[in-house]
Amino acid sequence: MKAPGFKYFKPAALDEALHFLHKHGDAARVLAGGQSLLATLNLRLSAPDWLVDISGISLRGITCHGDTVRIGATTTHRDIERSAVVHERLPLLALAVPHIAHQAIRSRGTLGGSLALADPAAEWPAVVLALNAAIEIRSLEGSRTVMAEDYFKGLYETDLQAGEILTGIAFKCCSDGDRHYFRELSRRNGDYASAGIAAVRSGGQVRFVLFGVGVMPLLYKADASEALPDMSARFHSALESMEIVGDLFFSAASKRKLARELFERACIELGKVID
Amino acid sequence: MNSDDESTVAVTFRLNGVDGTHRVQPRTHLVDFLRDSQGLVGTRAGCEHGVCGACTVRIDGAIARGCLVLPAQLEGADVWTIEGLDGTGELKELQEAFHQCNAVQCGFCTSGMLVTASQLVVESSGDTPPDRAQIREYMSGNLCRCTGYQSIIDAVKLALRAKGNTSHD
Amino acid sequence: MTRNPTRQAPYIGASIRRANAMRLLQGRTRYVDDAKHQRLVHVAFLRSPFAHCEIGRIDSAAAAGMPGVVGIYTWDDLSTYCKPWTGTLKHLQGMVSTPQTALASGIARWQGEPIVAIAAETRAQAEDALNAIDIEFNELDPLADWETALSADPVSAGLTSNICFERRIEAGDVDAAFASAGLVVEQTLHFGRQTVVALEGRSVVADWNPADQMLTLHHSTQVPHMMRDLVAELFGLKAIDVRVLCGDVGGSFGLKIHIYPDEMATIAISRHLSRPVKFIADRLESFASDIQARHHEVNARMAFAPDGRITALEVMDMAPIGAYSMFPRTSGTEGNQVINYVGGPYRHQSYRAHLRCVFQNKVPTSQFRAVGHPIACAVAESLIDEAARRLNMDPLTLRQMNVIPDDAYPHTSLSGMRFEKLSHQAALAETARVTGYAALRQLQKESLKQGRHLGIGIATMIEMTNPGPSIYAAGGARISSQDGATLRLEPDGSVTVLLSVGEQGQGTETAVTQIAADAVGVHITNVRMLSGDTLATPMGGGTWGSRGIGIGGEAVLQAGRALRAQILAVAAQLLNRPAEELDIQGGEVISTRSPEVLMGLSRLAHVAYYAPDGLGAQPELCVTRHYMPRDYPVAFTNGVQTALVEVDIKTGFVRLLKHWVVEDCGVLVNPLLADEQIRGGVVQGLGYALFEECLYDDRAQLLNATLADYLVPMAGEMPDIEISHLCTPTRTSQLGAKGVAECGTCGAPAAVLNAVNDALSSVGARVNQFPITPERVLDAISEASLER
Repeated sequence: MKAPGFKYFKPAALDEALHFLHKHGDAARVLAGGQSLLATLNLRLSAPDWLVDISGISLRGITCHGDTVRIGATTTHRDIERSAVVHERLPLLALAVPHIAHQAIRSRGTLGGSLALADPAAEWPAVVLALNAAIEIRSLEGSRTVMAEDYFKGLYETDLQAGEILTGIAFKCCSDGDRHYFRELSRRNGDYASAGIAAVRSGGQVRFVLFGVGVMPLLYKADASEALPDMSARFHSALESMEIVGDLFFSAASKRKLARELFERACIELGKVID
Repeated sequence: MNSDDESTVAVTFRLNGVDGTHRVQPRTHLVDFLRDSQGLVGTRAGCEHGVCGACTVRIDGAIARGCLVLPAQLEGADVWTIEGLDGTGELKELQEAFHQCNAVQCGFCTSGMLVTASQLVVESSGDTPPDRAQIREYMSGNLCRCTGYQSIIDAVKLALRAKGNTSHD
Repeated sequence: MTRNPTRQAPYIGASIRRANAMRLLQGRTRYVDDAKHQRLVHVAFLRSPFAHCEIGRIDSAAAAGMPGVVGIYTWDDLSTYCKPWTGTLKHLQGMVSTPQTALASGIARWQGEPIVAIAAETRAQAEDALNAIDIEFNELDPLADWETALSADPVSAGLTSNICFERRIEAGDVDAAFASAGLVVEQTLHFGRQTVVALEGRSVVADWNPADQMLTLHHSTQVPHMMRDLVAELFGLKAIDVRVLCGDVGGSFGLKIHIYPDEMATIAISRHLSRPVKFIADRLESFASDIQARHHEVNARMAFAPDGRITALEVMDMAPIGAYSMFPRTSGTEGNQVINYVGGPYRHQSYRAHLRCVFQNKVPTSQFRAVGHPIACAVAESLIDEAARRLNMDPLTLRQMNVIPDDAYPHTSLSGMRFEKLSHQAALAETARVTGYAALRQLQKESLKQGRHLGIGIATMIEMTNPGPSIYAAGGARISSQDGATLRLEPDGSVTVLLSVGEQGQGTETAVTQIAADAVGVHITNVRMLSGDTLATPMGGGTWGSRGIGIGGEAVLQAGRALRAQILAVAAQLLNRPAEELDIQGGEVISTRSPEVLMGLSRLAHVAYYAPDGLGAQPELCVTRHYMPRDYPVAFTNGVQTALVEVDIKTGFVRLLKHWVVEDCGVLVNPLLADEQIRGGVVQGLGYALFEECLYDDRAQLLNATLADYLVPMAGEMPDIEISHLCTPTRTSQLGAKGVAECGTCGAPAAVLNAVNDALSSVGARVNQFPITPERVLDAISEASLER
């Protein structure tokens, strides 16, 4: 399947890119790593007039500022996987990244690209939501920051507007005593999640994010001091009213079973270390 | 490096150790570029959506899916295909191991397997040598329909040992 | 009677590396897409978006003007070049199908059926132009399910019903056996629809040259001569006007042995343009048009005497196929083999089977590795395992009790299958040994105490190999059941082998050179094989039905022995000694009476070719032998597979922990090659067992037409597979080799089903469907807990 014809523009600066997107609207698509976009083009699922390659803009890199780690949007999954800073200060990302597809995809796919697409079964949306990272967005109007809790809206739907470019993601570093858990059930190693959970226990709170079971990652908060049976019971009833959807391989009912099982395991693991 | 219409863009990169400037249509993916205009048929398209791994090449020291990369994106890049890596002799131990373990049948996945395995060899060190399960996981992004994968895992293990990079299991 | 070499260690039986693998390891390949052709055009197809629709007006004016477009074709444009074909075989009595054309005309009958072909300078341009074609479709209701197939309107005009093929077998007194049985086990099993997924898509370059009135096909195929013969027939050409060339084949497994409309259209376009035309089926097209297989809905029951002996078997098989029966091997052979082979390993006195192959508005189905065997095996093996549970007997013991004893041959099954000699008892005993069966059962018990659900599943199997004419030719198909080898001594003493059987990665070339080297008496490095050229090699059936070495190899052996005799006749003249006192060893003529080396073959050949005037008779150092198995319709092999799995009863996920194959394929020419063939076959079977299924909606639209959603097994989920061999040679050939290519696929699904159900028995659940997905495991578990 050969991609339909398109024109190619590689801006050297962010403003150039923003002006171009503004001018061409829907006819232009942002190209970061291309691991999703180029596949959809090869499958002729979309036919933009322009691809705007933002890899020439310096949006790639991992930097520390006090208790914040900032990851540029075109930082690759592989960059994150190999970053000592991430391993030390953002352990949840380090737990998640080996589950992203395979090495060959990770060397080109980007964090920003993954968040812009917001595939409900992808790992990064769940992770940024679990950590309530700050998503930095630029447009011709200026810059704005959206917290992850406000960023995901629906199926492949985010707060990113037409003409905007996601430029970076800022995470609060983990504190001593924080616990992290990441688990994914997939049919084969590297496949999109059939169901997954990313969880952070920090202070007295636990943030669980389910992914692969709904149209977007689903946040659930709990009190760390609650006993496990009560926590489970509360989660089970909350799960009934969450928008869980089936897919090609699992019914919604089965997805709920998987979610409950992942929740149980997360609780057990997060509770294992005594404060 | 921009195109006003759908016809070519000029891009300069190193291919198998040789610098060159190439005119490419933006939409042509790297596999088609290699096969159609460079005569490098060792890299193949098995699915064109990034899953099968038959198209795996090495770009800037990391493996990548050739079907999900446009030459237009490769300004200044360092690209290696099976032919180039074979020519440098880097694959010698792997090729010998694949041959000895009968890890090649129809051959269609073989280039991708070798390029992927060569990356594992590069990234393995004496400190953290991969065991059999880790080798299996590393190679799990490359589809083979002919073998049972076992001979491929055996071969990679054998090659790692030949290069002095494996644990004892 | 020719002799085997006695002093040199034979190559036959040795695990020699593939000589031609190094080329593949360097990326120096020769797949169809690798070669360049002058003035080549590429073809792409507009395919029906609907499973059933009327094709109305086609407006290609805009497309015709697009860059690079050379021609746009519908069936009207190509019908003068290519005849329609019908996929029926006379010996599958009553089989019906309707004629199929290279492009759909008037009505499209499956989603993906090609309707319009565009030839352009590049494939991308051809695809661009497809988008500019305007077609009026009138969507009709498709026949998307098997449940209504019998009452629904026929999928094609000209059919009176949707039954393509129906067959009944009745042997013994089945009703009496079930009425008097101590135990009856009954099951309904659902077998999912599978697509082949060869990594190299179907590929052909058709090159009609009007100057010499010759059509050359560069084709990725298992069967070059069959292609030549059928293409000649369909295109009104003579066999001598068609040449099929086949280089490297990137996997086939039964995919590339059929007449596909898009490939025929490609040839027709070349005839029209007098230019080479290339068609490579990309991955999306492969999902939409490659043959599919293995969809069966089976109701089966087995009757047992109180002591556990099987007395009767009854199998009702509803096999939904596609919109047409595939040509030339039909879509009925798979079902026919199911009812021919189910229960084959076991003694029983009564058997009833009823097969119905019903049309669907889906891609046509046909042979895919181990045709029908995985279904046949799973049906019987699942019934036996359930019986073992209910009789409170160990499943291995129950099988030992019931298999045909190893000394009870020859034996003919109730379905008429003739077994020369099998080794089921030895295979089961070997299985107990290699798996450490008692220890495995102990491990299972211990694991259950820790809340882990391990399962052990066994599958006893038979596999058809070395097929003779009864499978196809008996029905009128132009599918040859014989193969031919020409062995030629070259002037320097090396040997060329020209063989009608080719290579798709299984190592045919290496095995053949081993046989030739032994047969003639030369070093293996002095033998080279050529195949895949219908002009150069003898005519033969090619690769299918696990026959490459059993039949092709036998032809090589016989030709080699004949060549040896001819060489010795020349040597006798040159050396002035009786031929009976001479032999060939390591490329040298030797005396059988003393360790003397008398003459190198290079010298003998030199004289024979350049200066034979001193010889009394004209030397003939080029021999052709054809071989077809005669004594038995097919050569059955046998084996036992064992799967060890772990089922997570909370998530339904199944992990394959280990797999064993005990296999008896007769003489193994090269155990190293055979083992990886078997493993590859097992993994395809494991893929079927747990992962692969074509999912259709109620409009017969394929829902999972990418490799992201159609799950082919990757390395991460596959277990190590341990193989051990028994050897019961066939006495029907000098080589004694049976086939080995498909047995892995035959038994793996059954073993895994039994293992999963063994694991689930601790919670009273069972699954009855392939693939065994986590969803189906979860459903089975909740059904079981509801029942309790």
